[in-house]
Amino acid sequence: MHQLKSDAQPAPVSLGRAIVITSGKGGVGKTTTTANLGTALARRGASVALVDADVGLRNLDIVLGLESRVKHHVLDVLEEQVTLDEALVRDKNSPTLHLLAAAQTREKDDVDTDKMRALVQKLRERFEYVLIDCPAGIEMGFKNAVAGAQEAIVVCTPEVSAVRDVDRVVGLLGNAFSPQLIINRVRPQLVKKGKMLSVEDVNSILRLPLLGVIADEPDVIVSTNKGEPLALRSDSRTAAAYHAIAARVAGEDVPAPTVTQKESLMDRLGALFGGRR
Amino acid sequence: MVEFFNRIFGRQNSGATAKERLRLVLMSDHLSLAPEMIEAMKRDLLDVISKYVQLDRDKVDVHFENQDDALAMLANIPITGVNRNSGPKDDSGTGSTPPQSGSTSKKKRKSTNTPAAAT
Repeated sequence: MHQLKSDAQPAPVSLGRAIVITSGKGGVGKTTTTANLGTALARRGASVALVDADVGLRNLDIVLGLESRVKHHVLDVLEEQVTLDEALVRDKNSPTLHLLAAAQTREKDDVDTDKMRALVQKLRERFEYVLIDCPAGIEMGFKNAVAGAQEAIVVCTPEVSAVRDVDRVVGLLGNAFSPQLIINRVRPQLVKKGKMLSVEDVNSILRLPLLGVIADEPDVIVSTNKGEPLALRSDSRTAAAYHAIAARVAGEDVPAPTVTQKESLMDRLGALFGGRR
Repeated sequence: MVEFFNRIFGRQNSGATAKERLRLVLMSDHLSLAPEMIEAMKRDLLDVISKYVQLDRDKVDVHFENQDDALAMLANIPITGVNRNSGPKDDSGTGSTPPQSGSTSKKKRKSTNTPAAAT
């Protein structure tokens, strides 16, 4: 087959999308979300760089099962001790997924915001997606993590504290970053009993485009224990939810996120005797 | 089942309580994060009121309080005189009604429902 002749200039480098995954509150699942979304995007064939911006509390490597392969970290690159290529760790399961680990023995204030922004820009030239795992809080670590991003994904759990913190973070992001929401750790049975904020409750308050809903399932914990992101699997409902999120991020028109969970015998009995609405 | 009993005993589910508490706290958060907006509103409010009555602007107190199921704006506005014609006044201060001793205060209560975007 002939190669198409073209007198056009070499195509301008198209930049990848830099997305910060943030939440304000700690412990809502930012790192797990970053690992799984990155894995799911890579499974779609996209090239993905994951940046752990949680300097001092490095965790993305262990969630991905890459802790033994990390030799250099983001500050080494920012301070030009090593090249970007030397610091990037290729994922063991997804060949198009790469990790830039956080420095464990340094502090968030050691990061130069401008250099961080430049680094993300450099990554965007090489990867279709740059996912930045933001530390908890709204101080320097947050500012550095957000610096190079154009988009934001906010992770929230159905708890008053998490919702309030997301609201604050979204306020800080302002009109930029077009934040989208992932609601994590939903327990449908508690919602049904009226004991947990529902997806609708959370989003009637936050009013953000809903990217996805992840149920609070044991397999998330199991996968973290093993260092194998759930999104690698195809036999799990939670994994399917991550793949739907990845599809939505990639611009596919995926049906609205819902969340289901297997009902226990007690729930069914309860429904039988109590009647439910 | 729980919901069934709750309905019988009229107890509110904690999920609904959470939603209501969040709604209120976020309104206060948004207000406290927008002090310039509050100042501007206070100014406008006093401008309107002073068309009809004379007030002591220095002693005006406007604040917000959570009251049961709503966020209330409480304004304590000492009135020093009433404009005779009760129409919009010129600033000539001819309102000749003697200032009342002590100060009548006017309380305004206003509930807000729409969370404003914080800065």
